[in-house]
Amino acid sequence: MSKQFSYRMILGAVFFTIVAVFFIFSALMMHSFGIPAESAMDDAIITGAQEETGANNAVTSVVFDFRGFDTLGEATILFTAVAGVLVLFRRLKK
Amino acid sequence: MSDAGMSKIVRTIASVSFPFVLIYGLYIIAHGHLTPGGGFQGGAVVASGCAMILIAYGSSWILTKTKEHHISLLEHAGALGFIGLAFLGLLLGGVFFANFIIGEPILFGSAPALGSTLADINTGGVLPLMNFAVGLKVIAGLFSIILVMAYASGHKEGIQ
Repeated sequence: MSKQFSYRMILGAVFFTIVAVFFIFSALMMHSFGIPAESAMDDAIITGAQEETGANNAVTSVVFDFRGFDTLGEATILFTAVAGVLVLFRRLKK
Repeated sequence: MSDAGMSKIVRTIASVSFPFVLIYGLYIIAHGHLTPGGGFQGGAVVASGCAMILIAYGSSWILTKTKEHHISLLEHAGALGFIGLAFLGLLLGGVFFANFIIGEPILFGSAPALGSTLADINTGGVLPLMNFAVGLKVIAGLFSIILVMAYASGHKEGIQ
């Protein structure tokens, strides 16, 4: 193994390939545009939210159950914002 | 924002109205699966009440009671609880963010009667627990932001 190809670079290339293949295949497995119709999506959530998640509030069932991954990203944004502000204001002058 | 706090009138009014703000925010968090609102909104309400106390009493007084890294610890607990519940869903329910509590004979486990019915707080499965986790995270995150900014604006040196 030569010097310019460290194991860290090879590990990064392997992970990049895995993630890229994962994204390409998930893009190929997506529904085509307009299928299912947006009204079908609305009806599925409105009629099935109470039965599937057990919550009377359909909005909360969407936020925390159907689109829980989205909420995880939202919480990550808040966490990053707090971390950034704490880093900025921790020591103004030494 | 003055660091020394405000007059006695403001402090008294703030400390009298703070429990009501607190109870209202916790109500919004706890009833997130029944009524409009949830962890983010209720957490913002509670953090606003904490900001009121902070303005009335000054950030130096607050920092004698609690430290900023303790509040950060609460925020980490909320984030870990949220993501831990998601992974528990993966472990027990099969998919990430699965609602594994619903249908079980434990707290928040009972399924509600279908249709437009009276709200029962003992429903929702994993959703109330996630609301609590996110609420704790939002309260601690926003309050630590406000506390650090208030202290830094009143002092030349920041929090050590």
